Amino acid sequence: MPDGALPVLDVRDLKTVFQTRGGEVHAVNDVSFDLRPGELLGVVGESGSGKSVTMMSLLGLLPSPPADVRGGTVTFDGQDLLQLDPEGLRSVRGGKIGFVFQDPMTSLNPVFTVGMQIAEPLRKHMGMSKREAAVRSKELLELVGIPDADQRLQDYPHQFSGGMRQRVMIAIALACDPKVLIADEPTTALDVTIQAQILELMKDLRDKLGMAVIWITHDLGVIAGIADQVMVMYGGQVVEHAPVKELFGNPGHPYTKALLTTIPKISGSREKRLTIIEGQPPILAGAPRACPFRDRCDAAFDRCAVENPARYDVGEGHDVACFHAEGL
Amino acid sequence: MLDQTPAPLVSVRDLKMHFPIYAGLFRRRVGEVKAVDGVSFDVMEGETLGLVGESGCGKSTCGRAVLRLYDITSGEIEIDGREIGAVPQPELRTMRPTMQMVFQDPQASLNPRMTVEAIIKEPLDEHTKLSEAEKREKVAELMDAVGLNRKFAKRYPHAFSGGQRQRIGIARALALNPKFIVCDEPIAALDVSIQAQVVNLLEDLQEKFGLTYLFISHDLSMVRHIATRVAVMYLGKVVELSPREALYAEPLHPYTKALLSAVPEPDPALATTKERIILQGDVPSPSNPPKGCNFCTRCPAVMDICKQDEPKTHEVQPGRYVACHLYNDTAEQTAGTEV
Ligand SMILES: Nc1ncnc2c1ncn2[C@@H]1O[C@H](COP(=O)(O)OP(=O)(O)O)[C@@H](O)[C@H]1O
Ligand SMILES: Nc1ncnc2c1ncn2[C@@H]1O[C@H](COP(=O)(O)OP(=O)(O)O)[C@@H](O)[C@H]1O
Ligand code: SF4
Ligand code: SF4
Ligand SMILES: [Mg+2]
Ligand SMILES: [Mg+2]
Repeated sequence: MPDGALPVLDVRDLKTVFQTRGGEVHAVNDVSFDLRPGELLGVVGESGSGKSVTMMSLLGLLPSPPADVRGGTVTFDGQDLLQLDPEGLRSVRGGKIGFVFQDPMTSLNPVFTVGMQIAEPLRKHMGMSKREAAVRSKELLELVGIPDADQRLQDYPHQFSGGMRQRVMIAIALACDPKVLIADEPTTALDVTIQAQILELMKDLRDKLGMAVIWITHDLGVIAGIADQVMVMYGGQVVEHAPVKELFGNPGHPYTKALLTTIPKISGSREKRLTIIEGQPPILAGAPRACPFRDRCDAAFDRCAVENPARYDVGEGHDVACFHAEGL
Repeated sequence: MLDQTPAPLVSVRDLKMHFPIYAGLFRRRVGEVKAVDGVSFDVMEGETLGLVGESGCGKSTCGRAVLRLYDITSGEIEIDGREIGAVPQPELRTMRPTMQMVFQDPQASLNPRMTVEAIIKEPLDEHTKLSEAEKREKVAELMDAVGLNRKFAKRYPHAFSGGQRQRIGIARALALNPKFIVCDEPIAALDVSIQAQVVNLLEDLQEKFGLTYLFISHDLSMVRHIATRVAVMYLGKVVELSPREALYAEPLHPYTKALLSAVPEPDPALATTKERIILQGDVPSPSNPPKGCNFCTRCPAVMDICKQDEPKTHEVQPGRYVACHLYNDTAEQTAGTEV
């Protein structure tokens, strides 16, 4: 991961609000991060913390209404994706930015063969002929470790197992040599032994192809094994950002610290009793005017209820959105 | 020492649950899904037996079959001194209070049109002769026990979060003072920060009421936390059953080894040094399991005999049961099929 290289993707102050019958939902609040070439950024947070909406917002994938991307910039390849017209966005998506979502069955079209679905972006974005696309499709299936690629191109999605379908999705996402791959909980629905296969494949592909990857998960174990940098989200905000070893070795935010002690371990000493985080995640009804973690935080004090903490730098590439980190 | 040895509350022997597959115009029976195919284990009084394995290996079917929510294909199930494997459904009614189940999806298992009070009270209506006032008092006590505010008794399930709904399901399961509870993936649908809350609650209730659990989960780290002993299932069979410490420190069956090595460690230092066994391919279909050992199509240690003969379960170390040909010689000859 080359240090100091210009980011391939630079997201600043992204803000997304949903208009619902029950009022506004402030799903993403001033989210900023950047991604360097070849870097793997892990994004963790519990469900509802804004991980998916962040990525969907920057790819222009949210229907409006109800979604309203209220602010921010997303710089990719010298242009602001939020300013692109639908046509321009479509050519970026599935082209220079590939993406993979949790459930491959909803993203693959059941009535077309897998071969047709891999060839489509190749013809659309890369201008390949039918023949060229067929050759490349086979290479791609082989790249993601699907045996008998020639044969399997003729098969329909339902003829693949869950793990194999997710490989197909990865093949489609990789079809146009993307600079950035965004993977939203791609292994959450898979069993551990199949997840291990996919994680191994991902590490391998990244080394081979050198693309930058954003990997979303709620599983800290997956993050530890695969990420270079980690961004922790809570209540629609980035609460901590750090290199992976730093995050696990020296977590700064009370939420990150609690999360690391609440999950049991598979080896080493066994905790007699699990540490719990009391209470529930916040309801994101209004623009945040306080720390989103305050109701569940052991370290909360007066200020946390009246002001939302900024992200304070606490070390090399490490920042924490908590007043206790201010001036550290 | 001897009289402290816990006695089994639940004893399962050679349990089979095969679902018929029908096809064609005349719905002819064309085969069967061998969801549970010859499973034996004991659950000791007061212990938590963890039942782990990947999706589709038969964990839920096993849990439901043990409670006789199905008419089983064959096998013996003894619960609290009574053999119930072949007992007809109507006669099971008197046994129902003793054995209860907590389900994975609290959303789907709670009737959305009933208040929390009515949901928890329902088993009391069915199985007890308590007065309305007594029942309401009991419901309030149960809500206290699982950490739900009594004030919310008249609310409907949708007004609660996932973790709170699971508490409602647990309160309902406790209503008839059961001895044995099958918990089928009770935390799988919950967020990480809520999972620990529910697990701690289950542990507290176990201690308070002397409960015995069969804890079904695919989360091997959580099972290491909660279970006394652990049974590992693969394709309808228990391949290894061991005390927790021994199993996690030194898994014996090749599948257990692979399964444990695939669990991601939340520690970047360990994640890079850990030896990982990456299994090839997918789990075969339970309607067409391979000849010989069920794991032979993916096993890194497969031998010729594995594709011919099904391995028997042996006690290879005290209290450790393994079904694998690699351990045929180390087996203690006295073990037999006792688990
Ligand atoms: N279509 C929608 N309408 C209203 N609210 C939504 C919609 N989609 C997502 N949200 C809300 O946005 C928040 C963030 O959701 P999401 O990004 O999906 O979380 P995550 O991916 O971290 O689980 C949640 O509170 C969710 O309820
Ligand atoms: N009622 C049923 N009819 C037919 N097949 C079933 C039924 N219930 C479960 N199965 C099959 O039995 C196998 C085991 O399922 P299950 O017990 O739910 O596994 P697990 O809980 O370990 O994921 C699967 O192949 C499943 O499709
Ligand atoms: S700002 Fe306050 S409430 Fe928020 S995490 Fe820090 S101490 Fe806790
Ligand atoms: S019996 Fe053979 S195939 Fe089965 S687990 Fe043992 S070594 Fe592997
Ligand atoms: Mg999501
Ligand atoms: Mg199940």
